Amino acid sequence: MKNKTKINIISRIYLYILLLAIYAPIAIVVIYSFTNSKSIGNWKGFSLDLYVSLFNGTGQNADDIGRAALNTIIIAVAASGIATILGSFAAVGLHNLRGRWRQAITFANDIPMINPDIITGISLFLLFVSLGITQGYATIILAHVTFCTPYVVLSVMPRLKQMNNNVYEAALDLGATPFQAFRKVVIPEIRTGMVSGFMLSFVLSIDDFAVSVFTKGNNGLETLSTYIYSDARKGGLTPELRAISSIVVIVLMVLLIIGNLRADKKKSSFQFFNV
Amino acid sequence: MKIPFSLRKNKRSNWVLPYMFFLLVFVVAPLVLIGLYSFFDYNGNFTLKHFVKFFTQTEILNTFIYSIVVASVVTCICILIAYPAAFFLSRMNVSKSRILIMLFVLPMFVNVLIRSLATVALFDFLHLQLGEGALLFGLTYDFLPFMIFPIYNSIVKIDPALIEAAQDLGATISQLISRVILPLSVPGITSGIMMVFLPAISTFAISEILTLNNKRLFGSIIQENIMITDKMNFGAALSLIMLIIIYLSLMIERKKGSQEEQETGF
Repeated sequence: MKNKTKINIISRIYLYILLLAIYAPIAIVVIYSFTNSKSIGNWKGFSLDLYVSLFNGTGQNADDIGRAALNTIIIAVAASGIATILGSFAAVGLHNLRGRWRQAITFANDIPMINPDIITGISLFLLFVSLGITQGYATIILAHVTFCTPYVVLSVMPRLKQMNNNVYEAALDLGATPFQAFRKVVIPEIRTGMVSGFMLSFVLSIDDFAVSVFTKGNNGLETLSTYIYSDARKGGLTPELRAISSIVVIVLMVLLIIGNLRADKKKSSFQFFNV
Repeated sequence: MKIPFSLRKNKRSNWVLPYMFFLLVFVVAPLVLIGLYSFFDYNGNFTLKHFVKFFTQTEILNTFIYSIVVASVVTCICILIAYPAAFFLSRMNVSKSRILIMLFVLPMFVNVLIRSLATVALFDFLHLQLGEGALLFGLTYDFLPFMIFPIYNSIVKIDPALIEAAQDLGATISQLISRVILPLSVPGITSGIMMVFLPAISTFAISEILTLNNKRLFGSIIQENIMITDKMNFGAALSLIMLIIIYLSLMIERKKGSQEEQETGF
């Protein structure tokens, strides 16, 4: 009995220390976003200066950071929107497909999830280069659609499996056009899967660095992560980056917690881990 | 009556066509292109010189080996840290472990660049020098959750009756762990290795930030080459080498996995 509580205490301490180590770096960034100092470790008293200069564009590179943040959001919304539509249609088709074609498409759908991002990025880069396409918004969005859609397909498929196929057939027999039947019968059934797929795509797109860096082109289009990268390469990290990073981290955490609680309630397939 | 019904069914499977086309253009064709570019020079003539260059140019080969060493070290550190964590998590009741697991997973969704920035911040805060240590810390920090979960899943799946039986037969805690739990969680460790080692060898950019450009990994070399027009083909060849390593390891893991299943299934 005594031995057991001892192990329990040790295990608690171990897990909490580990969590502390995992959260410490992010916490330091968030804390030091509330002081106006150039370097971390040099606390100059609480202030919102970094946030103010970020939003009114007066800070060092604040304009560029703001534009990069806006680009990140535009790309994420566009890519996850397209991926959700494309992936939902694909899931319905795949659900009704059997045999070799189903296997082939399922296999191809797995590829972007298995391949490291750098390979996805490079392969798409070569595609755009060999087709002579100038890279920019369109290519980066297409690239994000490429790695997001497989997750939408995987989110929607389980909902289709649970659906009673006869309801759709019944709607058709009762005179609905296939489109009407889809809108009134299938969509309500798969809606939770679509929302999960959209949210997951959105998070993945915001997170992406490796694919973006190869498909953004060289016309000055930057997302937040490519901006941080080029800024870090130049040597100095702009203090305002701490403010924007804190905002991203906090928004993301809130989104993920809401998403997971939602998934818990509705038992949908969106989970952090589907190992 | 039967014919229109099957036609209708066919129509719905046709909905996959746009995505099939999309996959062909944006997934299959680009991968084929990596292969094609690897075997041609800038002027479009067939050549094997990129692969010869890879094996003969010591700087590139050294970086490649260095990347594998770094990835292996990170994988080992991850196993050592993650195993106890997974073990402790598996012994908690579900409601508690669920919250802790969520806490472990959340940072994984934060952008890699922001996490690297945060690692730099931590090292600045502690007045530590950036360099190899920061690189190892940063990579471990990035990939640790990928090791915790597979191991946790495999430990949770162990039949409690087995553990009780071992205890009834007089096994001490250390015997229980080394003779029962550890062997049965090997599949979790192997999939954890795949989930840490493979992304770790394909890492780029992070290394430059965490080591102030002093240490480069294989991914950085690929990136540098692919972005330059007349070195693009060489970059493609390096990507192909990475792809081959990744798919070979996946195949080995799958084969081993199915063997283990057969053995335990017997």
